Amino acid sequence: MSGRVIQSLADGIDRAVSAPLRFLQVLGEMLMLLGQATLWGLRPPYRVGLVVQQMEFIGVGSLSIIILVSVFTGGVFGLQSVEAFRTFQADGFVGMAVSLTLTREIAPVIGALMVAGRAGSAMATELGSMRISEQIDAMATLAVNPIQYLVVPRLIAATVMMPVLTMVFDLCGITGAYMFVVGVQGVDPGPFIHNIRWFTDSSDLLMGLIKAVAFGLMVALVGCHQGYNTSGGARGVGLATMRTVVICSVSILIIDFIMTDILISLGM
Amino acid sequence: MFGGRRAKAKERAAAAAAARSERYQIQVRGIRKDFGEHHILRGIDLDIERGHINVIVGGSGAGKSVTMKHLIGLIKPDEGQILVDGEDIVPMDDFALNEVRTKFGMLFQYAALFDSMTVEENVLFPLMEHQRRSKSLAEMKEIVTEKLHSLGLFNIEKKYPSELSGGMRKRVGLARAIVMEPEILFYDEPTTGLDPIATKNVDEMIQEISEKFNVTSVVISHDMASTFRIAHRVSMLYKGQIIATGPPKEILKNPPDPLREFLVTSGTVELPPAGEDD
Ligand SMILES: Nc1ncnc2c1ncn2[C@@H]1O[C@H](COP(=O)(O)OP(=O)(O)O)[C@@H](O)[C@H]1O
Ligand SMILES: [Mg+2]
Repeated sequence: MSGRVIQSLADGIDRAVSAPLRFLQVLGEMLMLLGQATLWGLRPPYRVGLVVQQMEFIGVGSLSIIILVSVFTGGVFGLQSVEAFRTFQADGFVGMAVSLTLTREIAPVIGALMVAGRAGSAMATELGSMRISEQIDAMATLAVNPIQYLVVPRLIAATVMMPVLTMVFDLCGITGAYMFVVGVQGVDPGPFIHNIRWFTDSSDLLMGLIKAVAFGLMVALVGCHQGYNTSGGARGVGLATMRTVVICSVSILIIDFIMTDILISLGM
Repeated sequence: MFGGRRAKAKERAAAAAAARSERYQIQVRGIRKDFGEHHILRGIDLDIERGHINVIVGGSGAGKSVTMKHLIGLIKPDEGQILVDGEDIVPMDDFALNEVRTKFGMLFQYAALFDSMTVEENVLFPLMEHQRRSKSLAEMKEIVTEKLHSLGLFNIEKKYPSELSGGMRKRVGLARAIVMEPEILFYDEPTTGLDPIATKNVDEMIQEISEKFNVTSVVISHDMASTFRIAHRVSMLYKGQIIATGPPKEILKNPPDPLREFLVTSGTVELPPAGEDD
């Protein structure tokens, strides 16, 4: 009896200690992968074709979902703001409120969540099934480094395309807000646009884009790391995909918080 | 930094030249490998004869594939040396390994074709990667077609791997493995899952490739009949160690018990009863 209690106690301690350890281990592995990818990325051959292919998959492929989500996000945000700002007879400032929060916060975060669900998970699935069917081993045996061939193009493409998608989100989000706020709620378009231009400057835009770069790299790194290290058959591929979405979603929000804190303290 | 690297490479080349053996192209010394709690390889010593067909036999799960992956540098051992032409590949980084791997070709157990590519693109892949500067696309495509034809594969260039039968996939995998004309060819269970006639065909293909290109072949098998038909040298892997190695005739004279059991159960090779020597 007491043996079992001690055992379960030991298990509990084990688990409590092993979770942070496991986290540090995964973090270390991902940084190692990033290091290797950097080294191999600097070495010729430069696989421009593969990068373009991935940019197409991540960028063009995510475009429609980004447009759809951004229009409605901007719209609903606008509607809520109209309600709040009308209380102070300040509904001319709705445009400003929407554009500030979109560019600084909403666009990079929700955009990255979308890309994580669509492209990050696809990376994990694709590399994961290549791993378990030994295609990655086959590639290495053919004297082609799989990190250079598979991981580097995905990291570059996601890092480049995420800010682009964020700008699309900014634009469509504000358009969506305009549509609902001016079109449906009948707010005066003059102050709406004027206040956007007056209060949103390049540093707001830049803050969003810097975040987007970090999110893009992170999403691709998580997806590639999970896929590249998949084991345990079809179940393993499913786990890798699921982990990618979970890790990315949580990390995006945490990294966003940290980056916001840092960037604001830098005067942005 | 680069100077250090070059000096090191020179040193390595000199050491390799000294350790290079005319007879053995690969020499494995004391390889140990654990996966977590499981001791998979417990001190493997193995010599691979240059220009011959070397067969590694053993039960499933014995660690044959793991051993082969060590020889290519896909898995690093916990302990031990693996000399390829006298050069130890264990301490090598990925850059150096990439160089060594240009000597290798491998047929994986389930062919491991790139499923996002057509048959032609699969076989073209190594050529595009390594000979794009010296050959035109038309020339490379011609080589691909010729290799496919030589393995009895016609008009499947535009098909995807998922559209092929298991036997055809293996042959495409073989075409991809030999298209760079490697010095050493690895086959992981090339005949498993094939019918007897296809098995015989694959055996003949291995022999033909071995003779035609004078390559060193390393074959994993648990098919005893086929092993003793094609092998110049047989090694038995049992419980993480090589328990017997030598030419088939020598081995059959006095097989260790696990191998004897293997042979008798499969019923493919006539054996004198245990204990009697002739
Ligand atoms: N990457 C790995 N991680 C953990 N265990 C492994 C790994 N690869 C192989 N094993 C284990 O090693 C043992 C030998 O595998 P393998 O070499 O594939 O056997 P076989 O002789 O049938 O080819 C098996 O028990 C397998 O589960
Ligand atoms: Mg195997």
